[in-house]
Amino acid sequence: MISLFSVEGLSGLLFLAFIGVTLAGALIATSARSLIRSVAGLALCFLGVAGLYYYLNSPFVALMQILIYVGAICVTIIFAVMLAESSELKQVTRRNVLVGPLAFLVSGILVFGLAALALKTEWRPASCLVNRGTVEDLGQSLLTTYSMSFELISVVLLVAVVGSLVLARAGRDK
Amino acid sequence: MHVDPEIIRLLAFLVGVIAFAALNAAYLVWLERKEAAHIQRRIGPKEVGPFGLFQPLVDGIKLMTKQLIVPAGVDPVLFKIAPILVMVPAIMSFVTIPFSETLVARNLDLGLLVIFAFASVNVLGLLLGAWGSRNKYAVISAARVVSQNVAYEIPMLVTVVTLVMITGTMNLHNIVMQQQGGFWHWNILNLSASPLMPVAFLIFFVCMLAETNRAPFDMAEAESELVAGAFTEYSGMGFGVFFMGEYANIVIGASVATILFLGGWDCPLGLFPGVHWFLIKMYFLIFTVIWIRWTFPRTTFYGLLNLSWKILIPISFFNLILTSAMLKVF
Repeated sequence: MISLFSVEGLSGLLFLAFIGVTLAGALIATSARSLIRSVAGLALCFLGVAGLYYYLNSPFVALMQILIYVGAICVTIIFAVMLAESSELKQVTRRNVLVGPLAFLVSGILVFGLAALALKTEWRPASCLVNRGTVEDLGQSLLTTYSMSFELISVVLLVAVVGSLVLARAGRDK
Repeated sequence: MHVDPEIIRLLAFLVGVIAFAALNAAYLVWLERKEAAHIQRRIGPKEVGPFGLFQPLVDGIKLMTKQLIVPAGVDPVLFKIAPILVMVPAIMSFVTIPFSETLVARNLDLGLLVIFAFASVNVLGLLLGAWGSRNKYAVISAARVVSQNVAYEIPMLVTVVTLVMITGTMNLHNIVMQQQGGFWHWNILNLSASPLMPVAFLIFFVCMLAETNRAPFDMAEAESELVAGAFTEYSGMGFGVFFMGEYANIVIGASVATILFLGGWDCPLGLFPGVHWFLIKMYFLIFTVIWIRWTFPRTTFYGLLNLSWKILIPISFFNLILTSAMLKVF
């Protein structure tokens, strides 16, 4: 029995807490009435995921998760919502009777598929580290083993930047 | 029951860090008022205690006894959560700052990244508070805060990346250890790595002013045009916690500048290094920050964005390329 006041006990407790935070954030994100609260829930969810990464021996990914997802993406979403949403809360109207059951069906299939995938995959044991997860290791694997994906992601980002510039230009000419 | 000594050490440091942040917030307000007064040929607070030294305590009691007004029409959850969202990440960042060779709560390998990751949450807090207030001044202020922070995060991170290329580590303790032995070893004068190091320090300092919403870049507050900006609807300790967060962020900014460029706890002449040198350098930078606030008028919003996009970003990218070229050649 691990004592609650040992390092292992506390970190186990924190890991469970982060799982709870992730789930709670996801629930808020999907069920909140106002869009801004949804984004706040999303930020909470990202924070929880970052905590999970940290306890799974990937501190670099955890910090990047906070820096990029909480610090940049959530802020950008809120900014977009602020410029777009009217201050009145809009009444949510259901368009079709089939929407609810269909959504349940699709999410059920998704959950089933992911669960099956998770159970069938042969996971590496937690004690086996691919590398130490330091910046050096990450840089080397990004530029050697995963250089193709690295380049492809760069191209995707470039296309996104150019695309948004084109859209903004078109808006300016009107 | 056995309690791990490491947990007790962490708890002690946690309490110490929170106390340090709160004490700094209280007494930096005092310093700000005194310094502003002397710059404007006034005396400043003097009634409560010698030199007005008890003024922050009295102010704190005043703020705490005030009623917390939650105006009708605000989003109550976001409105209450926002000050905490500004304060907590600042305290989290203190965890990895090494004040001296031994005085550090947790020496993390990615210390620098920890600080920047948590500093980025600060904007989210301001944004949520401003939006939750349902006040047009607050919303205008929020829009400004975002564009300002996005604009100044880029030159700041590029400068930091340049520095990390030179040091080869993000561990703040190791970064300071590389600069030991006199001021000519400090990164600000590390001219063999890049002749633009003093400029890099200047860029970092300007970006720090902008990121902590200090004058001449205090667009978030801008009391002459936006009442109090994002803080318009906050009263009592809600306002107080916001300001504790702001001052804690200034302390962190000055500490990071000290660690990255000014050699941390190293003595300029190589004698008696220790926590006192760290504090001297850090408070000198904070003194300069306050000095600038009471000397320069607030810039216009477009001037602010132009400074970042047209001057700071090109220079910092040029510095990045120059440094990598010099690292490769020499």
